[in-house]
Amino acid sequence: MGRALEGKNMTKLSKDEAQALINDVLEVYPAKAREDRAKHLDFADGGDGGESQKCVTSNRKSLPGVMTIRGCAYAGSKGVVWGPIKDMIHISHGPVGCGQYSRAGRRNYYIGTTGVDSFGTMNFTSDFQEKDIVFGGDKKLAKLIGELDQLFPLNRGISVQSECPIGLIGDDIEAVSKSSSREINKPVVPVRCEGFRGVSQSLGHHIANDSIRDYVFDREDGGSGPEPGPYDVAILGDYNIGGDAWSSRILLEEMGLRVVAQWSGDGTLAEMEQTPKVKLNLLHCYRSMNYISRHMEEKYGIPWIEYNFFGPTKIAESLRKIASYFDDSIKEGAEKVIARYQPMMQAVIDKYKPRLEGKKVMLYVGGLRPRHVIGAYEDLGMEVVGTGYEFGHKDDYQRTNEHVNNATLIYDDVTGFEFEEFVKRVKPDLVGSGVKEKYIFQKMGVPFRQMHSWDYSGPYHGYDGFAIFAKDMDMTLNNPCWGSIIPPWKQAGETEQAAVA
Amino acid sequence: MANIIISQAVDGSLTFYMPKKDLEEKVQSLEFTQADKWGGELKLASGQSYYIDPIIEPRLPKSLRARRMD
Ligand code: SF4
Repeated sequence: MGRALEGKNMTKLSKDEAQALINDVLEVYPAKAREDRAKHLDFADGGDGGESQKCVTSNRKSLPGVMTIRGCAYAGSKGVVWGPIKDMIHISHGPVGCGQYSRAGRRNYYIGTTGVDSFGTMNFTSDFQEKDIVFGGDKKLAKLIGELDQLFPLNRGISVQSECPIGLIGDDIEAVSKSSSREINKPVVPVRCEGFRGVSQSLGHHIANDSIRDYVFDREDGGSGPEPGPYDVAILGDYNIGGDAWSSRILLEEMGLRVVAQWSGDGTLAEMEQTPKVKLNLLHCYRSMNYISRHMEEKYGIPWIEYNFFGPTKIAESLRKIASYFDDSIKEGAEKVIARYQPMMQAVIDKYKPRLEGKKVMLYVGGLRPRHVIGAYEDLGMEVVGTGYEFGHKDDYQRTNEHVNNATLIYDDVTGFEFEEFVKRVKPDLVGSGVKEKYIFQKMGVPFRQMHSWDYSGPYHGYDGFAIFAKDMDMTLNNPCWGSIIPPWKQAGETEQAAVA
Repeated sequence: MANIIISQAVDGSLTFYMPKKDLEEKVQSLEFTQADKWGGELKLASGQSYYIDPIIEPRLPKSLRARRMD
């Protein structure tokens, strides 16, 4: 076990050490579990070129009994993809808990008057009781939709986000949605994202994407938006956490593009309907919106590209990549934007790099961040020594190879135990993960940033975001509180403690 | 018969994707890749193989129906 290993002043792991560490961590599991988990843990060995195509096993059912950090399909659909569409009402259909305990937790900022024309942070639920389970909830749903439309007449549409019981009792939400839609004369989208589907929130993203394809794009008289222009683009997979999409959008607009849709942070139904007319889809979170991008490519012939707006190096790369799809005026625009922000970014780097240089980071997040934020850390002279996805697929890990250095630990669907052991042994200077991990590591005395919703900060995307990112990392890492973790009456044994903890 | 999507991976190879199972695999080989005849037996990196009726070479990504061969 890692605890028994000597872990003092750990520098960068070598490949052998990484393998030994993984083996040590696996040792505590029973044989069968060990075999299973072994496939999910690995280290990068492709060097910078990333020619190695070996990948950890991913997108498999979590092992029963371990502490996983994953969510459910409902979380992927309601929480991630549909939830931020601000002018629609998203009903958490089923018992009250699923929606209430996830309400407004993701900090998808939006402009609008909540409860009047925007509904992002509100929780609407059909609040299933025993009788609804026994006799079915279809009537209740129909009534609920009618009431909603009366109470919130400025809603542009409704989505029905199924929670587990809906699939179990076999309610016909499609039929109810169809008739209710006719009644209120607005789209009502049934989404079959019951939490038990799939192995993680990832399938929820997919189901949500499919429901947009089936009920938003194919809707009659949908999409009577503004005249399409030659520079129309859509931002896909940016959930505007702490204002991320806004700080991205201004850069695209400054270079001359017209952003007609944000999916789905601060997004609207009309924006989604406008998207099949854009020239290029810009995909930030590949995991959650590649499905709809692929669909638009197949059906409407719209190309899509992945971009990365974390840190000046990647931003400049991405702006140029985006511009390469357009004429010279946009290419010039991109250069101008890069030139304008370069000195500002240099000032940020000059200020923070000396304070952060050489520090090691371990990440464990979802979606795009395990690989996308690496560039931002590197801009600050920091190094990512371990990274992993909650619900990544093989393609995510393939894409990760090019971003990570030799012997960087890679862990898929890491368990609470494994993550703790890795941190104890590798001794990173900073851990970036979710709120469930936050307090464990902080109590261990390891500086921690909650990298799902930017620890109540943000935005982190774009040039403006990088300045905030750098400040936050410095504030966390160089916070004097870490020196006060051990109380004075235990100070005597401090050196001993430090070696173990 | 199952619905699948064939798409181009970053490295230029083909990717097989089965939405129902959320299964994504690299395509190791495809029997026919001519412009006028595309499809046939499809071998995956995982060792499974599928069959798609040959068609004229589609623009990728493309949703197709495939049959499990083994
Ligand atoms: S797993 Fe089911 S019950 Fe649990 S939060 Fe998800 S939808 Fe609700």
